[in-house]
Amino acid sequence: MKTLVAMSGGVDSSVAAALMVEAGHEVIGATLKLWQGPNGEAPSAGCCTVSDAEDARRVAAQLDIPYYVFDYTDDFRSGVVDPFVESYMSGQTPNPCVECNRTVKFSRLLDQAGALGCDLLVTGHYAQVREDPAGWKLLRGVDPGKDQSYVLYMLGQSELARVRFPIGAMTKTETRSVAARCGLRTATKKESQDICFVGVGDYRSFLDSQTEKARATGPIVDHDGTYLGDHDGVSGFTVGQRKGLGVSVGEARYVTSIDSGSATVVLGRHEDLLASGARLESVSWVRNQPPSPGRVEVKIRYNSPPVPAVLEPDGPACIVWFEDRQPSVAPGQAGVIYRGDEVLGGGTIVRALH
Amino acid sequence: MLYLDHAATTPMRPGVWEVMEPFAWNSFGNSSGSHGTARRAKNALEEARERAAELLGARPHEIVFTSGGTEADNLAVAGAALAGDGRGGVVASAVEHEAILESARFVERLGCPVTIVGVDQWGLVDPDAISAAVDGRTAVVSVMTANNETGVIEPIAKLADAARAANPAVAVHTDAVQAFISEEVTVDLLRVDMLSLAAHKFGGPRGVGLLYVRDGVRLEPVLHGGGQELGRRSGTHNVMGAVGMATAMEATVADRVRFRETVANAREDFEARIKETFADIQINAPRDARLVQHTHVRIPDVRNETALVKFDQVGIAASAASACQSGAATVSHVLTAMGMPPDHARQCLRFSFGWPTEVEDGASAAALVVKALEGFR
Repeated sequence: MKTLVAMSGGVDSSVAAALMVEAGHEVIGATLKLWQGPNGEAPSAGCCTVSDAEDARRVAAQLDIPYYVFDYTDDFRSGVVDPFVESYMSGQTPNPCVECNRTVKFSRLLDQAGALGCDLLVTGHYAQVREDPAGWKLLRGVDPGKDQSYVLYMLGQSELARVRFPIGAMTKTETRSVAARCGLRTATKKESQDICFVGVGDYRSFLDSQTEKARATGPIVDHDGTYLGDHDGVSGFTVGQRKGLGVSVGEARYVTSIDSGSATVVLGRHEDLLASGARLESVSWVRNQPPSPGRVEVKIRYNSPPVPAVLEPDGPACIVWFEDRQPSVAPGQAGVIYRGDEVLGGGTIVRALH
Repeated sequence: MLYLDHAATTPMRPGVWEVMEPFAWNSFGNSSGSHGTARRAKNALEEARERAAELLGARPHEIVFTSGGTEADNLAVAGAALAGDGRGGVVASAVEHEAILESARFVERLGCPVTIVGVDQWGLVDPDAISAAVDGRTAVVSVMTANNETGVIEPIAKLADAARAANPAVAVHTDAVQAFISEEVTVDLLRVDMLSLAAHKFGGPRGVGLLYVRDGVRLEPVLHGGGQELGRRSGTHNVMGAVGMATAMEATVADRVRFRETVANAREDFEARIKETFADIQINAPRDARLVQHTHVRIPDVRNETALVKFDQVGIAASAASACQSGAATVSHVLTAMGMPPDHARQCLRFSFGWPTEVEDGASAAALVVKALEGFR
């Protein structure tokens, strides 16, 4: 089998490449250049730095596989960064990793793999692809702390037939020990947690640099409409936020919504954040058709576990009703639907339902 | 593997390493010292300088050895702009190598006026545009002898005349790094005051180059230190490199007629054969003014980064001619200056033939290109 491995320069994709080589595949390594600064410079922090590409190149050399860097900066800007900024500016909380997987890795790069004569595209994601009589299914990664199936819900049958995640069946500790056994230079490399194009965790200055709207000032109002003060730009706020609001009413307040048109930030009490359900649009199903309605688990943000819910189809969209009311159901985030370890699909949260 | 990336770098010519090796072992001395081994090194260095000068029609003290083409370009642009009151103007074409363009931006940040002159659809610079850009403050005008990406040959002598008509005191520089292997390059023929060469582009070692500086041109040094090279370039001399460079220059000049004939035949054959399969390809240089060793071509519908992987798989080494530090193919500033849209620029590839090329390589290369892109287009 001829296999293209997307290598970020981190330990996970390094080990994925090593495992494919060990399994006897004819492997090509590739790093995607996704982002650059205004003068064409590579980012200095997060992933996608020149030194990350250099690590990937060195690992490829060690594995004795051909290695290339592909420039996807145009696709990344139009498919990920511009929508991220637009979504944020309309008061939503976008997940750029989901969009990158949807528009770059598992479309552009998957097409590229095909064009290069590769049968498979491999990445270092913690998730699992299995085949059963009904076709391909997507499962969570074995390591509960590392599972990345949330950002892969958009994969359908035609993608899963051509995609493999060889480290999804391992824990992070096992991954590092394989890296050490193979003597890979990335074995003890620190993980990057930042959004690659934003840099070291500073959304605000990134958004400010991308659009004037980010600096649009406006009022902060309480849930009953009481004017509480002004803010110096909507880029400083996200739904569910409690700290750094710049106003005080004597008890805890959270951002419950952001109206981008009037640059109004609306606050509320914790109970105002609680939603009974969420409406998902731009839905995609792993099996290419909707699953049976009924009991599911739904994950509404990357860093919290799935919660029990009931799935209710609604034309091309769907609604999930939570068993227990959930705080901070943020429009723009992905809502991903599971049954046990299996990912059924998901969509973008457009609205919290009360 | 069929190597068709000689414009990036090319192997050393036969005999070059042999003349260099003694300076690694027996005559290793620092050429500035005052003992026997230093004198042997110094003699060899000065002899190399004389041989290089002779081939360019220059005088020995007008040759400044550098670490390569980039340093020579930096010294020419920044050195001329920063000499005197430190506010000299720079005029350069939009298709120059980054070594020129970035040096221009560097002195611009220090307060020097910089004008970038556009080009036509073939990448050619218009003499009238040069005379319009040059004014009383201009210290240096820089246009390359031939473009490293497309291979277009600029009318340097005419451009030099146009520059001097606008300001007789201006220093005219040309980067002849890519042209020297195949074009007759002397400072009088090109009518230039400064000229850059890099040894590794014509069969010398990497890490050595030179800048010709006509008598009377004032330069502020870029590298400061012990004052070697008449104060124009400090740093312990790379004697081994200079000896290798001079030897490779002689071999290049002696070999030019053969080189041109062999490479022209190989390239014409190559282009004719790929046109048979891909009738819609577009050669990005004018027929009557292009380097004999370059094929810079746009193959519609094939993204260059994909084509390069395919070529690598069938055993042919070519280039997108424009890459970032990570190695990714980028949209070339040269093609952008020629007015090419980005999606077309991403379909461009450079095949470059070299001194080891044999006539049959044209046919072999074409067969491999067709094989690589078979069923793909």
